[in-house]
Amino acid sequence: MTATCEAGTSGGEILAVDGVSVALGGRQILDQVSFAVGAGEFTGLIGSNGAGKTTLLRVLLGLLRPTAGRVRVAGQPRSRHDHSVGYIPQKVLLDPDLPMRARDLVALGIDGHRFGIPRPSRTRRQVVEEMLAAVDAESFADARVGRLSGGEQQRILIAHALVSRPKLLLLDEPLANLDLRASQEIVRLLDWITTDQQIAVLLSAHEMNPLLPVLDRVVYLAGGRAASGTTEQVIRADVLSGLYGHHVEVLHVAGRVLVVAGPSAATIGAPRQPAQCSK
Amino acid sequence: MSWIVEPGFFASPQVRTAVVIGGLTAVVSAVVGTFTVIRGQSFAGHALTDASATGGSGMTLIGIHPLLGFACGAVAGAGAMEAVGVRHARGRDLATGVVLGVSIGLASLFLYLDTTTTATTGATRHILFGSIFATAPSTVPLVAGFSVASLGGIAVVYRPLLFASVNADIAAARGVPVRLIGLTYLLALALAVGLSSLAVGAILSTALLIGPPASALRLTKRVGRALLTASGLGIGATWLGVLLAYDSADWLPGHNGLPVSSFIVAVIFVVYLVSGVAVRRATRGRVGAAPGLNLDRRATSRHRALHPPGEEPSCSPGS
Repeated sequence: MTATCEAGTSGGEILAVDGVSVALGGRQILDQVSFAVGAGEFTGLIGSNGAGKTTLLRVLLGLLRPTAGRVRVAGQPRSRHDHSVGYIPQKVLLDPDLPMRARDLVALGIDGHRFGIPRPSRTRRQVVEEMLAAVDAESFADARVGRLSGGEQQRILIAHALVSRPKLLLLDEPLANLDLRASQEIVRLLDWITTDQQIAVLLSAHEMNPLLPVLDRVVYLAGGRAASGTTEQVIRADVLSGLYGHHVEVLHVAGRVLVVAGPSAATIGAPRQPAQCSK
Repeated sequence: MSWIVEPGFFASPQVRTAVVIGGLTAVVSAVVGTFTVIRGQSFAGHALTDASATGGSGMTLIGIHPLLGFACGAVAGAGAMEAVGVRHARGRDLATGVVLGVSIGLASLFLYLDTTTTATTGATRHILFGSIFATAPSTVPLVAGFSVASLGGIAVVYRPLLFASVNADIAAARGVPVRLIGLTYLLALALAVGLSSLAVGAILSTALLIGPPASALRLTKRVGRALLTASGLGIGATWLGVLLAYDSADWLPGHNGLPVSSFIVAVIFVVYLVSGVAVRRATRGRVGAAPGLNLDRRATSRHRALHPPGEEPSCSPGS
């Protein structure tokens, strides 16, 4: 049932997902999902709500053990104690009264997992300062982090994740609840992270259009199954119809891509065809 | 000065014991309570105070020092809440409520037995409303030991606890043993609750745990400063309460003085109100400034000026 289109990853392979299946409470959430992400690649994990995006990210983080298949990060089996993966969950709600400045949250990314009380250090402050400059957050670095806007908080969370120098950055729906301008800024920032810093980014979204100009690869999730490849390889009527198990059409309207149910959508429940990707 | 500090205040051995126990309890409550407020667990904190009342009344029944009972009760309550281990907020809320209800039920039974079967008629009052003036100086080492254990526990897990309190998902993904850290925090909280049950009583210990940190979090945007501010406010309120309670013996003729815990809680409440006004003033004076920017130092120093530890409040309503 695997639907992968290995186009070969540029550079070294950072993430390899091989036949991952997850069943929770008797329900098959993920079914034989396989794909790979190379160094410095910008990959979009696209799918509607409930497609299994968050579950897949939890597997990649080592927080959830798959029922089958394996995940390797930089050639190593996934363990909770390696710091090569940075993570930003969806809907992070920081309390407005949290006694923490934006820069304090970034600093927590350096050594927040270590025991004891932090000692002030110049290198630590410098690293934080550089990271704040990198995400263009210097102007609000001293404000209470919980009172920043959604886009500003997202930038601080990205800085928090990057400060530990990960090889792969996972973001769960980072553009949800952001206005158009804030979401464009985040996409630009992530694009810079992949091309300039050579850090691979895997970002989940239910809306792919804001991302299409920058994505190197797409992993499309539907009904627990995945198709992966370049946008041209995956966002096609035949591939997505195979994934959904019924006919869908891919429309290009005013530079936007829309996936809509096709005229024969009534055939839901028909035997699923393995998704085919033509190269 | 003699109208502020009654003659004999500092010479009284009860006062000296009360100042030491009150001070230690205030610091422990402030430090642990700051994390309680950040984690949004004041309801859990309150449930533990009820569990400590159960322990205190039960131990009194079999003739063991109530402080051990307070701490054991709170630790057992913390264990029960952790064992239920509900992940989502609503379920945790209900589990906390159930632990709280059972605790009060048992406490009322033990207190009934305390007052009917033994001669310790003051047990109910001491357990529910504190016994800071009635505590023997020999209890001080035990109080100090509990304080060191609680503060030490927080110091060891300080960074991961802060990380997990800000966002448990990110912390877990970074390899923080979130559950173990949470359990350590709950144990530190149980000890803090045990101490404050002794000082201000099981019913009122939530006030000492939540009040000073809640004020401090309004006044500063840094955790370290919040801990210091909360400790300062807690000590100030406690010592002031001790002083006022001592003085109050002369307020009403033929009376033994009013309960110290009522004074402590009253001072904490006034501090909380004043901190809110101070923050609102400071914010209004800085239209256009980033939220919370440069607010903390000014507001804190103003607040400290209003509440020098151990002196008459210059901030009683109206002044």
